Amino acid sequence: MDVSLIIFPGANCDKDTSLAIKHITGKHPKHVWYKETTLPKSDLVILPGGFSHGDYLRSGAIAAKAPIIKDLIKKSADGIYVLGICNGFQILTECGLLQGSLIKNNSLKFVSRNVRLRVIRNDTIFTSNFKENEDVNMPIAHHDGNFYIDDNSLKKIEEEGRVAFRYIENNAKHSPYNPNGSLNDIAGVYNDNFKILGLMPHPERAIDKITGGDHGAKIFESMFHSLSQ
Amino acid sequence: MNKEDYIQHGLNEKEAEKLLEGLGREPTITEMGIYSVMWSEHCSYKSSRHWLKNLHTQGKQVIQGPGENAGVVDIGDGLAAVFKMESHNHPSFIEPYQGAATGVGGIMRDIFTMGARPIALLNSLRFGDINHKKTKYLLSGAVSGIGGYGNCVGVPTVAGEVGFDKSYNGNILVNAMCVGIANINKIFYSAASGIDNPVVYVGAKTGRDGIHGATMASGEFDKDSEKNRPTVQVGDPFTEKLLLEACLELMKEDAIIAIQDMGAAGLTSSAVEMASKGSVGIELCLDELPKREENLSAYEMMLSESQERMLMVLKPNKKKLAEEIFLKWGVDFSVIGKITDTKKIKVIYKDKVEANIPICSLADDAPMYVRPIKTRKVDKNLTPQKTNISFKEIILKILNSPNICSKKWVWEQYDRTIMANTIDKPGGNAGIVRIEGTDKALSLSCDVTPRYCHANAYEGAKQAVAECWRNIVSTGAKPIAITNCLNFGNPEKPIIMGDFVSTINGIRDASITLDFPVVSGNVSLYNETDSVAIKPTPTIGGLGIIEDLKNLSTIHTQKDGDIIILIGGNGKHLGRSIFREVIFNAEDGDAPSVNLNNELNNGNLILNLIKNKFVNSVHDISDGGLIVTIAEMIISSNIGAKITFQNNLINSTSDHEKLYEEMFGEDQSRYVITVSSDKVQDTINQCTKYDVSANIIGNVQKNNLEIDGLVTISNNELIDSYESVLPSMMNIK
Repeated sequence: MDVSLIIFPGANCDKDTSLAIKHITGKHPKHVWYKETTLPKSDLVILPGGFSHGDYLRSGAIAAKAPIIKDLIKKSADGIYVLGICNGFQILTECGLLQGSLIKNNSLKFVSRNVRLRVIRNDTIFTSNFKENEDVNMPIAHHDGNFYIDDNSLKKIEEEGRVAFRYIENNAKHSPYNPNGSLNDIAGVYNDNFKILGLMPHPERAIDKITGGDHGAKIFESMFHSLSQ
Repeated sequence: MNKEDYIQHGLNEKEAEKLLEGLGREPTITEMGIYSVMWSEHCSYKSSRHWLKNLHTQGKQVIQGPGENAGVVDIGDGLAAVFKMESHNHPSFIEPYQGAATGVGGIMRDIFTMGARPIALLNSLRFGDINHKKTKYLLSGAVSGIGGYGNCVGVPTVAGEVGFDKSYNGNILVNAMCVGIANINKIFYSAASGIDNPVVYVGAKTGRDGIHGATMASGEFDKDSEKNRPTVQVGDPFTEKLLLEACLELMKEDAIIAIQDMGAAGLTSSAVEMASKGSVGIELCLDELPKREENLSAYEMMLSESQERMLMVLKPNKKKLAEEIFLKWGVDFSVIGKITDTKKIKVIYKDKVEANIPICSLADDAPMYVRPIKTRKVDKNLTPQKTNISFKEIILKILNSPNICSKKWVWEQYDRTIMANTIDKPGGNAGIVRIEGTDKALSLSCDVTPRYCHANAYEGAKQAVAECWRNIVSTGAKPIAITNCLNFGNPEKPIIMGDFVSTINGIRDASITLDFPVVSGNVSLYNETDSVAIKPTPTIGGLGIIEDLKNLSTIHTQKDGDIIILIGGNGKHLGRSIFREVIFNAEDGDAPSVNLNNELNNGNLILNLIKNKFVNSVHDISDGGLIVTIAEMIISSNIGAKITFQNNLINSTSDHEKLYEEMFGEDQSRYVITVSSDKVQDTINQCTKYDVSANIIGNVQKNNLEIDGLVTISNNELIDSYESVLPSMMNIK
């Protein structure tokens, strides 16, 4: 499996994501600087989390205009797999590879906590190692993670089964289980052919029990198993 | 220059004379500005320097003690931990978001300047009375600012403390600490050398923000303080992140001779410090300075405290390589001067010499005062108090009080999991961060109990060091060294200076006995508004090492049926306790004293028990005493406890005083541990071997806190009282 990581200035989860991939696959991904114009040969391209361009203007908005994004759009039309985590998800909605947008959390505050998620389907390359409707825990850390979209498109996403993860009830008191106000508790969505996934939680921070859980590892394991065959 | 000019620049008559003597002539306006900031309390430590020498700063673990950008300690495997704490109090009161944000930015630069990648942030915050009209605004702004900066740069905030007290109504405290990891052979220092070597400016452009920030931070506040808003710097964490990556990339090359960040007093202070440490001169040409606008004067450029800037001395043949790296990261790079042999700082702008001052006159010869001191009288008496409220109400009221309640509303705004190495979250004994690629971890904590320091500055300072040490020990880590941030009122008042000197003595005595030396620090004086001073607040930030991740301990890993053991004896001391503060609104009596030898011995026992895997969880006893300690363990695990006091205590209902002492006494050097029943005898044997008192006081049970014969409170009631305070104060639904 050839994995490339696009590095934007201000990205800050690139090292964690690289290490997670190395941990699961034994191989570091290629790092591609945002000013490049062509992606190297890749089965999967990951846009890691962070504050690309300082989140100035709007989270992900400036990164979505980067030279490398043009090639990403072209290659995704040719069938390459794409994963956007947190700020990467924001960039994917800004450049149009995913629908909807991620607006400010309804608390208007940055929120960092462990959330409980339901894995809605396990028949995509990103989730094949989960059970269907498996409940997992992963950390989130964002200011703009409130998934918003017009009613018709939301209906369509639901009908087509394109919700990847939903925030679900947990036992935490004094804080709502949906941490940001996302419509239909959406934490992650696919595009229409399930080859592109964007999610707000950070699977790369959940690959080791000692640091709070290893449920995120299954996302990397799923991709590795699916794409290595 | 007339008398008025000197006064406006914060220099008194004697200092004006000293300036004329050092310079040998009348200063230009730019020179006046340079003297003003270099001789400010904030930069010169003129009231504290004499006493800081008394701190204990030695130890075989110390690679670099106070005096550099940060302290450096050996943590084995060829790695060093680089850490420091710094205050940003004055700006945070005037503009809480930017003040706190740039506090975090500044302390991170101190760390990566030395070649270390920052891996953890901590902070210690003090606000006024929870009902004071500005508290909500200041709390909200400072917390957002800390999160806004640290989250964006991508360094986890792993521990901290938040306290409320009316003495901070007019002066909040924002103390930020950063910890980084470096290769032991790749530490960078600030002493400039090599005549004619290029002096390079990197980072953000210079603007007008923060001019005279250091001078502002060296005076008291009054009702017009908010007019100082323009002296508060504006942070740009995005540029900091780029600067961080560019600097660390360049540091892999053999290119940097000296490096210093531009913090308080900006370009002036960094240039003077580098030249002073290297015993050389420095010449700056301001025409080459990256500027936000063209019409800045030399005075403004020398005094600007614009953020995210660094000064470096480079090897001449590496200039091009360095420039390419900074260009790649989109960060300004400009050669703005050279090292000279004049031992003077010379500033040239538009072909005019704006300043030419002997370095020693600004640095080593800066004013130093041994101010008069008066020791505060300690009143040990407690005013007799009675209450009719039940034990249940007392416990819930304490958990619901601002200084005890959950600070989750605060720390949920900080990214705690980035870098994927955070092991224990805030709310435990200390933050635990794995050292990347190893089975080791750092244990980090910052602590101070101002109500103790106010009663008894010496014992309070000892207690701050001891509590920090105890928190680190509770995680199973060997304590290594500390940094500090000494926050006080106006040092020209003998009683405040007396507190300061007692504090230094307390920190020294504790750090000698505990082998917990001070390797870096910061002093913040004049935390006063309209002559009302804050309580003495010597914040201690400590670092310890967990040698093997398999041997760490937390407060929430107890198991149903575990035996609960109180280590270090029964509580007796209620002076300055949370119990008396919350229930009687009383601030009286003496601070609890710390027997440092007992502290060391009890701590070594705990480390031994953790290493032998005798214990399932450990929590130190601090604010609120034994019952709060047990309640915190219950709240963080949702597993209850049954506590049994001696029957004669419960039955003598006429006098609850003895029970209050056992339940809420804040005697020091104590811990609560839980042990599975098959390990109890081994544990007791170890305690006997160390000659430490160990009392079996109960056992872990599922759903509630039950104090035998006295009270039963469900876990949910405890959690509700503890968690609801800040969300309801900040109107969270």
